[in-house]
Amino acid sequence: MSIVTVQLGQCGNQIGHEVFNAICSDVHGTHGLCSKKENESYHDACKERFFCEEESEVPIARAVLVDMEPKVISQTLSMAARSGYWKYDDRSRFCQKQGSGNNWANGYSVHGPRHKEVIMNLVQKEAEKCDRLGGFFTIMSMAGGTGSGLGAFVTQCLRDAFPTSFILNHVIWPYGTGEVIVQNYNSVLTLSHLYQSSDALLVHENDVIHKICAQLMNIKQISFRDVNQVIAHQLGSVFQPTYTAEGGLHYSRNPLGSFRDPSLYTSWLNPRDAFNAWKTPRAFNKYEKSASLVSNSQFLLKPLDNVVGKAWNMFASKAYIHQYTKFGIEEEDFLDSFTALEQVISSYTILC
Amino acid sequence: MAQSVVVQVGQCGNQVGCRFWDLALREHAAVNKNGIYDEALSSFFRNVDTRGGGDGPGIYKGKICSLKARALLIDMEEGVVNEILQGPLRDVFDSKQLITDVSGSGNNWAVGHKLYGYQYREKIVEKLRKTAEHCDCLQCFFIIHSMGGGTGSGLGTFVLNVLEDEFPEVYRFVTSVYPSGEDDVITSPYNSVLAMKELNEHADCVLPIENESLFDIVNKIHQMISSGKLGSTVKQNSLVTSSAGSARTVQEKPFDAMNNIVANLLLNLTSSARFEGSLNMDLNEISMNLVPFPRLHYLVSSLTPLYTLADVNVPSRRLDQMFSDAFSRDHQLIQADPKHSLYLACALLVRGNVQVSDLRRNIERLKPSLHFVSWNQEGWKTGLCSVPPVGHSHSLLALANNTCVKPTFTELKDRFMKLYKKKAHLHHYLHIDGMEQSCFSEAISSLSDLIEEYNELDATKGGPRTDPSRLQIAV
Repeated sequence: MSIVTVQLGQCGNQIGHEVFNAICSDVHGTHGLCSKKENESYHDACKERFFCEEESEVPIARAVLVDMEPKVISQTLSMAARSGYWKYDDRSRFCQKQGSGNNWANGYSVHGPRHKEVIMNLVQKEAEKCDRLGGFFTIMSMAGGTGSGLGAFVTQCLRDAFPTSFILNHVIWPYGTGEVIVQNYNSVLTLSHLYQSSDALLVHENDVIHKICAQLMNIKQISFRDVNQVIAHQLGSVFQPTYTAEGGLHYSRNPLGSFRDPSLYTSWLNPRDAFNAWKTPRAFNKYEKSASLVSNSQFLLKPLDNVVGKAWNMFASKAYIHQYTKFGIEEEDFLDSFTALEQVISSYTILC
Repeated sequence: MAQSVVVQVGQCGNQVGCRFWDLALREHAAVNKNGIYDEALSSFFRNVDTRGGGDGPGIYKGKICSLKARALLIDMEEGVVNEILQGPLRDVFDSKQLITDVSGSGNNWAVGHKLYGYQYREKIVEKLRKTAEHCDCLQCFFIIHSMGGGTGSGLGTFVLNVLEDEFPEVYRFVTSVYPSGEDDVITSPYNSVLAMKELNEHADCVLPIENESLFDIVNKIHQMISSGKLGSTVKQNSLVTSSAGSARTVQEKPFDAMNNIVANLLLNLTSSARFEGSLNMDLNEISMNLVPFPRLHYLVSSLTPLYTLADVNVPSRRLDQMFSDAFSRDHQLIQADPKHSLYLACALLVRGNVQVSDLRRNIERLKPSLHFVSWNQEGWKTGLCSVPPVGHSHSLLALANNTCVKPTFTELKDRFMKLYKKKAHLHHYLHIDGMEQSCFSEAISSLSDLIEEYNELDATKGGPRTDPSRLQIAV
């Protein structure tokens, strides 16, 4: 089973590149304590998910690269090709000349509809290359204009075009003290819209990853590359093949299958059923032993409440609203988004 | 990638513009070693095949043949533009992209705006369309002019109006040089206030510059160098005021050093749009993040460092000093002190070998000493561009939407009122076709309203913070 990755905006494309890098280097890395046969099983399972093998060529990532300006995609494509181990399909990209200007409305209401057909065609082509499509994995940041706005629109289109497929959105939570001044508006609009079309949101917070780089990895001058590599490492270790829940010698075929597990989503289940573990003897990325934890808990409550609070504060003064209404997002749209997110916050709060 | 067009109007506009093009070529030459016409170059330059003589067809890829600036040069006197066209940059300008006249505007906004505006409107539109046709994605017009005279001020703001009418989707960034109190043009307050109304209503973003600040910076650099404290270890071409390494070989003219600062401002502003980086900051993002309300679009800018010492290893402390300097009053390009006023928004565009952790560390360090408006307590816009300016390993451009612009505007208003109350020199303006008393009263009213908006914001500074109550959800 394969998954198609959609990389959106500068952040999405930069991270996507690191993810494929991490997966590829893991596949080519030492296999730790498992047997050679074991390793080959692992190889096959992994390759099928993320890469398309053409004869006499390096594996090609199953990905669509989308951005509203060309610089990042050009860089991403050439860095991948230079690695010699894998590359992207040159045709699986879409970019424009002028970015989204950090404006969610521009990404969602202008670029989305305008380029819907072309983008969905690229996705369709990638989907058709898969023997069996497991689902979609989109990578985007919430703070900017393309990843957030166009990302929300594309997610909706994916849902419409593939109603039964699993859609997992990887969302990057920006630094609390700003990368973009209107990031809280963009975040509120993104999350409220993703809630309607996505199956699951996997979140990474820049502040948290930054701390990991500083305190756990002791990196002195932390670059975005460092941050992205940590994220990619975590994602890789979650996506890489593990034995199916039934245990035994078969690798689970669908990487997103583990996300489909209902016990990951509601706490109305028995605590016994709420926890699932998957394992494999095959080491990940040269680590002798490693473990990854994916959880659905109240951990996101504080950051979410923070973002909604700041956005509401700004909204009350009407600051920057003219920049959104100019592209068709009105005050009512903001209010709808706020309402939706307050409901999410409320739902998580009363779990306690 | 998107393109930008520079419209330089009047003596000041053209002199600054000239420095901009010279330094831009120097910057691209330092980065572009293969002589290939790349996306970065295309944002400000066309590549033209001149082998057949004259202006040939455009070449969109491959080797650089002849670079032509995406510019329109306008002046109602011939002196400055002629000098540019005879100087070392003559081949950079397309000979058809000029509009000149002979007699000048006599330091009279009305002559520039109403008389010449009306006369040259068609020609202006025609030449603007031509430059736009050469772009496959025109993103921004940069206007460079001064406020105190007649052409830059009057005709420059007329062009601003034309741009809004003819190219409503394209951003309009205006770099305006404001007159100082001791300006020798007596009517400069009239010209400036009349121009301000146009900037209020038709510009997307204005970067005000004051000659006094540029002058102070130039002096500061001279002092540092001649005091011997730095000696010969300063890299000459790293001075924010220098033309070293550019096409200019003759001795620098008095305003050159000051104009180079403004040219560097524009280069830094557009660097992230031209070159790659880990966190790009495009021109449309600048306007999106720094303009919370349409009329409050005046941005105070500061550039650091002013020079680089020759030693290559830059310890963290020097880097941090760069950030501190960006907020100090003597690095601002207008006479203002942002630290003691209220920030509505702030943007930091870093170039060179600086990473996100350096940025974060400095924001955390400087934040406590700055006052931000209640609804934007953590409002920072940041950009990281990998390519540093020539002669530097890193640099920082800070853009602030801050109430510290208010004194510049109130002083202007006071100088205006001094003349207006006595009706001094009004007749020079009123006898121009299209000018009436109401032009003056509307202009001062527009300026007063703007000042009042800043006053209201200042009144919120330091006050008790009551956050609005959140939506209550029925569960």
